[in-house]
Amino acid sequence: MSESGQQNQKQADNIYQQTADWQLNTGDIKIVAKRLLGRFRSLKWLAMLTWLPFFLGPYIRWNGQQAILFDIPNRQYHFFDLTVYPQDLWMLALTLVFFAILLAAVTSVAGRIFCGYFCFQTVWADIFTLIEGKCEGQTPSQASKFNSTPWTLNKLLRKTVKHSLWLLIALLTGLSFTAWFTDAFQLWHDYLTLEAALPAWIALAVFTTGTYVLAGFMREQVCLWLCPYARIQGVMVDQDTILPHYDQAQGEPRAKLRKSAIKEDKGSCIDCNLCVAVCPTGIDIRQGQQLGCITCGLCIDACDDVMTKTNQPTGLIRYASHKEIHHDAKPVQLYKRPRVMVYITIMLLALTGVVSGVTGLSPAEFNVLHERQPLFVRLSDGTIQNKYTLKLLNKTQQNMFVTIDISGLAGATLHQVKMTEIEPGKVLPLTVFVRLPEARLESEITSITFIANMNGEIDNNLTYQSMFLAPKL
Amino acid sequence: MAEKEEYEKVKDTGHNWDGITELDNPPPRWWLNALYLSGLLVLVYFILYPSLPLVNDSTKGLLGWTQIREYKQDFAAIEQRRAPYEEKFAQMSITEVLEDPEMLNYIRASSKVLYGDNCAACHGIGGQPPQAGTYPVLADDDWLYGGTIDDIMMSIANGRIGQMPAHDGALTEQEVTDLTQFVIDSANSLPNEAGRILYDQYGCAMCHGDDAKGDKYAGSADLTDKIWRFSDTEEQIRRTILHGVNDGFDPQTRLAVMPQWSEKMAIKLEIKADVINAGEKVEEINWKDELNGNESERLSESDIKKLAIYVHQLGGGE
Repeated sequence: MSESGQQNQKQADNIYQQTADWQLNTGDIKIVAKRLLGRFRSLKWLAMLTWLPFFLGPYIRWNGQQAILFDIPNRQYHFFDLTVYPQDLWMLALTLVFFAILLAAVTSVAGRIFCGYFCFQTVWADIFTLIEGKCEGQTPSQASKFNSTPWTLNKLLRKTVKHSLWLLIALLTGLSFTAWFTDAFQLWHDYLTLEAALPAWIALAVFTTGTYVLAGFMREQVCLWLCPYARIQGVMVDQDTILPHYDQAQGEPRAKLRKSAIKEDKGSCIDCNLCVAVCPTGIDIRQGQQLGCITCGLCIDACDDVMTKTNQPTGLIRYASHKEIHHDAKPVQLYKRPRVMVYITIMLLALTGVVSGVTGLSPAEFNVLHERQPLFVRLSDGTIQNKYTLKLLNKTQQNMFVTIDISGLAGATLHQVKMTEIEPGKVLPLTVFVRLPEARLESEITSITFIANMNGEIDNNLTYQSMFLAPKL
Repeated sequence: MAEKEEYEKVKDTGHNWDGITELDNPPPRWWLNALYLSGLLVLVYFILYPSLPLVNDSTKGLLGWTQIREYKQDFAAIEQRRAPYEEKFAQMSITEVLEDPEMLNYIRASSKVLYGDNCAACHGIGGQPPQAGTYPVLADDDWLYGGTIDDIMMSIANGRIGQMPAHDGALTEQEVTDLTQFVIDSANSLPNEAGRILYDQYGCAMCHGDDAKGDKYAGSADLTDKIWRFSDTEEQIRRTILHGVNDGFDPQTRLAVMPQWSEKMAIKLEIKADVINAGEKVEEINWKDELNGNESERLSESDIKKLAIYVHQLGGGE
């Protein structure tokens, strides 16, 4: 081998050695995180409560029907008094934009706190591991001892209880999800009498299995290898983002505590490994911010606890930005961070759009289609007749009385249907004729406005501008 | 990714380029097995669906699926959705249909296809032929044979053949010119004494009426309105007067024929009208005596009823 060949070989070795150094948790070790009390643990519980509406929401009633209902078969979305039809779907798009940018904004300010506190994977896995801990032991050693002992009645009982509780939660999750799309009480009835529709069973099965497998067995593996948001959020973090950081300057060189005496040349880290033991994804935060970190702050709780016990200042691991830790910089004001300001602007725009959309939601949709073939017809007295199809969609919950009128074309008269009743949620096509005597013709194309008045209320009008066509003069 | 062994421990393929060795990392066993298993899906299709072509036929497959069967099932499903409307429609009188907006919408939507298949070729998609004067416009309010739904139904069922005798040779050149002017003046509501005398003299009034407004029983055109069956130019009006419509003895005559769509229905309509005129009951008609069973029927009665309503709604039904 030549000298350059040897050099190449050396470089290749380096690459392989680097990859070998990566701390990769691929599920070969089951993570049993220790549960400790603390500030961020309490915060996590509070954050988890935001999922309660997911379970309880479908049971809120409003005017005799489900308050919030995504009625897919009827293509309607009910939100209390509001009914949104596919025509207004742009508002959903804006809402999604708002939340997508909210995720980006929050991540650039405070890192993956969505992952750590709010994500369903984190929340459900936390509940599932709580149950597992109660049944099989709270610490890794207890758990492994429990699992390696031979099968006894006690072990069987504990395993059964664990899986039953898991399945129960999974079932409730599936049912609650499905209940947003169909009447919740009717759904319970249908499930219990085994009469539910096939889509309802499929939704229940998919969500139950999904919850059971993802929260029960895959846990942190989902965050590490499955979830795209984890990776997307990773790139939104910059040096001003507040993340759990291990303060190396304060902690190193780490050493075990001997007889509670702290040596002068030693850092505050006593290498107790508690920060690793409590981590739900099983990483060591002392190696720096890494892809496994969901920024939940449980290691901070653990470390602060230890620091207090060993009479050392807390905050060895703390929420801080890269600049604060490594360059002793002060936190940057939000308005001095262009990226965050751009995010906030987009969010405000989207929010304005949704709010104006919701407040300006019209009770009906009104369209006028001019007949294309023939464009006009000459009647026996020479009058020119145009035909129009009016389409009216009643977006309210009550029957709607609509009166049609025209304006803007002098001498024109409206024929056939002038008043009609439309059932809620229905579209009614109406054929009408507009006639204009030959003597009143002024040009080949004249604009004409159709006015649909709803329920006889003054000013409750929808207008649509169309054309009146005539032969060449 | 499951095991991260030191690369030195991994088998290599023996290939080495400039010191870079190609390692032999096989994909995980479960992954490979899943790949092979997915290939076995072919067998599932083989068993469930028609697969092997035989001499005259093919293997049927357990599901018994065929494309034509699927089409027929889908078609049956549509028919099933239409059935309640069709059944209701069959029981309804025309006035009832006109007062039922939902039924009217159904008729309008379903007749569009019928009209397109059978009528639009001549009368145009919206009831106006592409070229003016070729076929009657159905979207206006001028009706040669009457514009009520019953009249339209009869026109469709029985077909129509307009009759106007040729006058070539019977009229002098000046008389033709005067009559042409009379027709033009009538349309513009202007008096024309000379023309009027000729109109009466040659018996035009027999078909077109004393008031020249036409007669729906003769199918003659209204000469006083602004709508021209053939053309409003002087030359073309002359041609109509000289050569008539459907006059078998004149090779230059205008042809205007509406085909018969149901002889059976035409006979039935006629008998019904007679019975009603005579003050008897329609229910008492013994259709077996009236019909011999050989009457032609290109469209069903319900289709003609639908089409009559559709045409009536096009723009100018009476």
